[in-house]
Amino acid sequence: MSAPAPDLAAPVPSFPGMPRTVLVTGISGNLGRALAKLLHTETHVVGVDRRPFEGKPKDIDHHQVDLRKARVEEAFRRGQVEAVIHMGIMHDPRMPFSEAHSFNLVGTHKILDLCVRHAVRKVVVLSSANVYGPRPDNSNFLVEETPLMAADRYSDVRDLIELDMYAQSFMWKHPEVETVILRHVNIIGPTVKNAPSNYLRLEVPITLMGFDPMLQLIHEEDACRALVLALRPGLRGVFNVTGPGEVPLSAVMKELGRRPLTVPHFLLRPLVRRAFEAHLTSFPPEEVDHIQYLCVVDGSRFAREAGWLPRHTLRETIRSVL
Amino acid sequence: MISLRSGRPQANAPPGGTREQDTPRSFESLTACGPATHLAACYTSPMAPELSGGIRDRLREWTYALGGPGTRARLEKLTPPRNEYGVDPYGFDAEYTVAAVAPLLWLYRRYFRVEVHGIDRVPSEGRVLLVSNHSGQLPFDGAMIEVAFLFDRDPPRAVRALMDTWVPTLPFVSTFMARCGQVVGTTENCRRLLAADEALLVFPEGTRGLNKLFKHRYQLQRFGTGFLRLALETGAPVVPVGVVGAEEQAPALFDLKPLARLFSFPALPVTPTLLPFPLPSRYHIHFGAPMSFEGSPDEDDEQLEGKVAQVADAVRALLARGLAERRHVFW
Repeated sequence: MSAPAPDLAAPVPSFPGMPRTVLVTGISGNLGRALAKLLHTETHVVGVDRRPFEGKPKDIDHHQVDLRKARVEEAFRRGQVEAVIHMGIMHDPRMPFSEAHSFNLVGTHKILDLCVRHAVRKVVVLSSANVYGPRPDNSNFLVEETPLMAADRYSDVRDLIELDMYAQSFMWKHPEVETVILRHVNIIGPTVKNAPSNYLRLEVPITLMGFDPMLQLIHEEDACRALVLALRPGLRGVFNVTGPGEVPLSAVMKELGRRPLTVPHFLLRPLVRRAFEAHLTSFPPEEVDHIQYLCVVDGSRFAREAGWLPRHTLRETIRSVL
Repeated sequence: MISLRSGRPQANAPPGGTREQDTPRSFESLTACGPATHLAACYTSPMAPELSGGIRDRLREWTYALGGPGTRARLEKLTPPRNEYGVDPYGFDAEYTVAAVAPLLWLYRRYFRVEVHGIDRVPSEGRVLLVSNHSGQLPFDGAMIEVAFLFDRDPPRAVRALMDTWVPTLPFVSTFMARCGQVVGTTENCRRLLAADEALLVFPEGTRGLNKLFKHRYQLQRFGTGFLRLALETGAPVVPVGVVGAEEQAPALFDLKPLARLFSFPALPVTPTLLPFPLPSRYHIHFGAPMSFEGSPDEDDEQLEGKVAQVADAVRALLARGLAERRHVFW
């Protein structure tokens, strides 16, 4: 990269050429709000979400509209959007699959289409390292070129894979838009309520007897900093985004002071399936793979090309769910 | 610097090491009741992946006792990278390994009574591919080679062996393997480890060698070419290894292939002992001189065959020597 190195010590990565107006989709979610808090002091932020934005800072323009609706274009028309951070992506296993599929794919299609029409310079899409999927035959560190095999074992994540691939084909078709696809490892933190955070917040988490895979976690604040860093002019491509390192599941439990209940793997899957069907848990049975097999990625490309470095230590990151 | 010391006072184990005759009582009781009770205690408990503190300490002391004088000091030279939770990015935990290796070390010293020849030919640092014959139905040969690098070499070296993709689906085994530094044998893993100047142990015969019948003992099965492509790509020297003795630990009379398929095992050999536990044949591990190869890793298989055959011949020569030198299968 020819651009000068970004200031890594700063809470918000700062670099020359910060876009003057950044549109953020999915801004009303917990992670979206955390990003807005970081970003609105640096640049003008426009939010788009079908949910209301609670506790919105005054200088943020919020458009409460479904991403699939034509009215989204207003957000682009009004204020000279220079960059888009697209994180309006649904990960709710309780949602009917058709709804999540339509929201994620039609929404992404719509947003990327508007980026071309309104000459947006930069698009950052928040994908996830879960597109690779935890598998027994995974290499210890998955690079960005690894086939996205998650749907092989858990077909309900195929919308997330399609979304990632759609964004990739957009990146090749539209070289005039600098596209960055970020595949974050498990985002956890005090405010996010995704599956990994919820799991680690359980009083008595369940683990699999005899399985102790290595995990990668990233603090929600670091996850947002990576999204901001991706706005850096000149950066383009697909990147794994890693936190402060790899750690065995058992060490995470010990750090959190949890005494997990260990269950044999052949019992746990049917149990979780029953519990999920009976609405007793929000964890689909396929997610058991995450506490059984490896899904660890190689984040060196983002570190090298963007100068990425997380601020939170491994211990801080783990303890952030408490 | 990694600390292999446990937190509790070391009255039982003087730092200079322990000779067998003045083995403290606790070791005697451990060895007297044999490894079976130990294994049962450590590996069937639900806490096995972590090995609870007390068990870990006792195992570690057992390791030092079996290893003989100076073992502790030698093992302290092992300094893999580790984070605040004691593991490297692959999940290798040197402290866990020193404890968990005790039953294997018992097999190494007391059961198979392994004799090692020429281990100093293997460079102490830098990338290297150890290429060995494979036999014995259960991969104790791999374990014994790795134990040799920890206990019969100064400075010790942590060798990574490659495991089959079904190992991560096995409870306890998967965790044990990962903490001892073993990785799934994908090309990507091999490249990465060799690029990081690690020592990799490969069995180019794979299960063809491991699960062959007794009547085919010491006949090398077809070598895959993958290891040579890796050597050419990374410039890693190849060290041939010949293991004599593992063939006789579990003489397979025939292989129940249909039943193996039913349980999705690689093979289901039937041995006279019927149990998976091996016979106490004496192991002799011979290391050859490092071989370097030049050429393109993208050559056709036919062109690579010649180089692969050189390595196979070197292994065959080591086996012939080992067979000629050994006096008896069991002693």
